[in-house]
Amino acid sequence: MKFMLMMNAPRGDGDYGVKDWSEQDFKAHIGFMKTLNQDLKAEGVFVGGEGLAPPGQARLVRAGKGGAPEVTDGPFAEAKEFLAGYWILDVDSPEQAYAIAARISAAPGPGGRPMNMAVEVRQVMSAPSV
Amino acid sequence: MTDIVGFSEHLLRELAPQVLGAVVRKQGDFAAAEDAVQEALIVAASKWPHEGVPDNPRAWLIQVAHRRLLDNVRAEAARRRRETDLLAEEQDAHLPAPDSDHEPEREDTLLLLFMCCHPALTRSSAVALTLRAVGGLTTAEIARAFLVPEATMAQRISRAKQLIKKSGESFRMPSALERDERLEAVLHVLYLIFNEGYTSSGSSLARVDLSSEAIRLTRAVQQLLPEDAEVAGLLALMLLTDARRAARSDAEGELIPLDRQDRSLWDQQAIQFGVELISRTLSRGEIGSYQLQAAIAALHDEAARAEDTDWPQILGLYGLLLRITENNPMVRLNHAVAAAMVQGPNAGLALLAPLAEDPRTANHHRLFAVRAHLLERAGDLAAAVRDYHAAAERTTSTPERNYLLLSAKRCRH
Repeated sequence: MKFMLMMNAPRGDGDYGVKDWSEQDFKAHIGFMKTLNQDLKAEGVFVGGEGLAPPGQARLVRAGKGGAPEVTDGPFAEAKEFLAGYWILDVDSPEQAYAIAARISAAPGPGGRPMNMAVEVRQVMSAPSV
Repeated sequence: MTDIVGFSEHLLRELAPQVLGAVVRKQGDFAAAEDAVQEALIVAASKWPHEGVPDNPRAWLIQVAHRRLLDNVRAEAARRRRETDLLAEEQDAHLPAPDSDHEPEREDTLLLLFMCCHPALTRSSAVALTLRAVGGLTTAEIARAFLVPEATMAQRISRAKQLIKKSGESFRMPSALERDERLEAVLHVLYLIFNEGYTSSGSSLARVDLSSEAIRLTRAVQQLLPEDAEVAGLLALMLLTDARRAARSDAEGELIPLDRQDRSLWDQQAIQFGVELISRTLSRGEIGSYQLQAAIAALHDEAARAEDTDWPQILGLYGLLLRITENNPMVRLNHAVAAAMVQGPNAGLALLAPLAEDPRTANHHRLFAVRAHLLERAGDLAAAVRDYHAAAERTTSTPERNYLLLSAKRCRH
């Protein structure tokens, strides 16, 4: 069964909370994410995943008159957290997805302490089982 | 074994445009011929490593492609016969027998490139079609290189061919004026392929090396048009840029800027070839933007240490480039960097001021990144941090974002 894991990162006083981190902490965080992705591939569960561009570039689009795009700035100006990236994983059980979500959530933050980011876990709809 | 696989893969990519050119010439229908050649290449890729490469691989591929085309035409005719009673044999009569072997038409590769870079196509379609029809890559390889599903890439290529068909483009050399425009489009597409390969980090072994493919194709065009100064300029630019590849990122994939690269990792052979090519070309006197960019790359590559870089000459070349590109804002940014290296950071900052008013650059991450760098050099660290952050919030490249954030952190120490 497939799950989408959406990682919500704290926004800080700009687009990135990481702005205030020390160089060492930031490098540790980058290294953690790289290793995590390699591990998920090695474990045979990684289907896909991407990091998303900063929320300041997000736009909300609705069909306007005649179907023309009506574009407004994203809804994130006031938000404390933003969607920083997502994974799609193919696992055997929801518990396995939760365990991986917990690994993501524990990514190191300032001082190497776990960030405890909120990771939203959603099952991907599939064909009915036979 | 891997040697044979590598050898026949290389051979197939070299032969692809020649075979396609020959089949289109006889059959006329680019879209159908391109499908048939792709099928023939796939057959060869699975057969040759085991059974050996045939004596005349080009004739072999042409024959297999013709047979595939015939099968496809028959299947199509059979479908139509049910409605219109059309005889498949009649169709066969129109298909000439594959000839033994004659000199490949010299201009076929060029005609195919013009076709693939048709103005009706989007850039991403032209890139994909060029890699398949002229580069001889399979749809699966192209899809992997651009990290999209194979079905998506197959659809993109097939739509591109439909658009070309609809445009009524015929397989012959366009008029002189149109030819120049098309060549410009071809060079741009080759440049995009190179850039995609150069800027995509985390090179995986499963991915085709797009930079090398772009260099190979540009070299082929340069051999066809040895007199064209911009073709030579583009080839030199690619070689001189690609020569620094090994030094461009660290083990973790983070970017290393030019002035901090380990220059002993640069490919001296590629540099020598590129410098010779661009020197020879510039001495002929028809200057273009690819040549100027190559000349600038050559000056960077020739400096044994970053502090040996001939910035005054680079500044002069950016001045020329500004004139040719009619003050292209991205060129103005680089011009400001060069001015800062020659006349100090404040001279560079003064040149950036108008770009903050230009709507094309006012919100561009490159403007903030360059200004941050110059502010840091000028000693205004607080302003530099602000601009590094602003740049990081605007770039869409992860390694670049990380580099900018780390630069900001360095300023705070």
